[in-house]
Amino acid sequence: MSDERWRSLFSDYSNSSFIDLLRRESPHLVPGGAPTPLPEIEPVHGTTVLSVRFRDGVIMAGDRQATAGYQVASRRIEKIFKSDELSGVGIAGAAGPAMEMAKLFQTELEHYEKVEGENLSLDGKANRLSQMIRMNLPAAMQGLVVVPIFAGFDEKAGVGRLFKYDITGGRYEETNFDAQGSGSKDARDSLKKLWKRDMGRDEALRVALEALIDAADEDVGTGGPDLVRGIFPSVKTITRSGFGDVPEDEVRRVCEEILSERTRAGNGA
Amino acid sequence: MPLPYYVSPEQMMKDKAEYARKGIARGRSIVTLEYGEGILLVAENPSTLLHKISEIYDRIAFAGVGKYNEFENLRIAGIRHADVKGYSYSRGDVTAKALANAYSQALGNIFTQDIKPFEVEVLVAEVGDANGSKSEIYHILYDGTIEDERNYAAMGGQADEIRRFLKDHYREGMTLNDALQLGVRALTVTQNKTLTERDLEVAVLDRTKARRKFRRIPLEALSQLLGTAR
Repeated sequence: MSDERWRSLFSDYSNSSFIDLLRRESPHLVPGGAPTPLPEIEPVHGTTVLSVRFRDGVIMAGDRQATAGYQVASRRIEKIFKSDELSGVGIAGAAGPAMEMAKLFQTELEHYEKVEGENLSLDGKANRLSQMIRMNLPAAMQGLVVVPIFAGFDEKAGVGRLFKYDITGGRYEETNFDAQGSGSKDARDSLKKLWKRDMGRDEALRVALEALIDAADEDVGTGGPDLVRGIFPSVKTITRSGFGDVPEDEVRRVCEEILSERTRAGNGA
Repeated sequence: MPLPYYVSPEQMMKDKAEYARKGIARGRSIVTLEYGEGILLVAENPSTLLHKISEIYDRIAFAGVGKYNEFENLRIAGIRHADVKGYSYSRGDVTAKALANAYSQALGNIFTQDIKPFEVEVLVAEVGDANGSKSEIYHILYDGTIEDERNYAAMGGQADEIRRFLKDHYREGMTLNDALQLGVRALTVTQNKTLTERDLEVAVLDRTKARRKFRRIPLEALSQLLGTAR
């Protein structure tokens, strides 16, 4: 009897990949398919996300505003997604494809974990995300650009790490901090001045929020703390003990502190 | 060309069933119990790497007895079914019932069409919400027979004896600790030996957990749980 039947088992390298499964079983559900010329529409854009390394891991933060052209599309969109217990992804760019990508990425990691019985390494996860961004390249050429930040806790190395991407799927590890989206330049400038080695969680939280407030100050697309509606940036921490939310009350308190200090200083910083 | 021997369909099914039952009877057993906060799965399994119990989806777990490669295949097929369904609809639309039906169809087809039937039994458990929706436990046999069980289930070589034992001793709303003690006693009811934490694979579907309810109980925690009541 021919041994074709079992040989194929060894050449099926992607047995634990959800994306490849989806491509085989339901190709119409795979995002970033054939490019179609976009008519004159304004896709909804997420604006500023950032990630900051601190002593115990990384902090990820994002403002809550999405824009369509010069209009506010949503005031309370969530841009930081948990991808698994030890990593998260912050999305910037076209909100629809970006959220789809975050959901697919999360399923991909969970699928691998369940089939294999163990987690992908942090490098493996970062690499997988870079392939997904490359899959989106045809859509990106039509204007639906998705450029996430990926950050997580590396169990082997015992440190937090963060990665940025370009639209071709290029993956670049950043050592200390990075920001992405329309307000990213202002956020990065702010982080550059404020970031210090071995910050504790509270200090890192404050640095992240300062940077987001600066981005909102300079960039029209980025939403600042909204005291009237009670909408504040969403902030997550990723440490050895997992992915956690920073409670909204705490974010509100720190935001109010920063704003009142800036008011007192009278410089608008 | 020599003619194949004629075997009556009746005889063939009987032979296949006997073959599958023998294979399953050689394996060690698994019990499942509902307790106050979820569903407990206990397997006699000295290996810490080759699992008999596994997570399928947020509130769904899988357990298999019999031939490892065969139920491992079914397990992966189940994860694929659940992940594709949850991705294309919503996470809440993935149910144990649909999965158990798929297993039943697959095992039924294999049993009637292939020369060698699968020597496995599998169990699909789904934990209910805190707001009162019921937990579900499905037990699927080598020939595709599907049963929905209440409160507890047992499968493997000594399943009948274990089920009788559980019928007499099971109480509703047990703590995890009590349920675990009962599960371990049930597994040893036909054997003259005590099982330590090293012989066991234990996992729970814990409804107090956030999204993914499945949780393995690691060795240290297990020895503590077994030790406290001793």
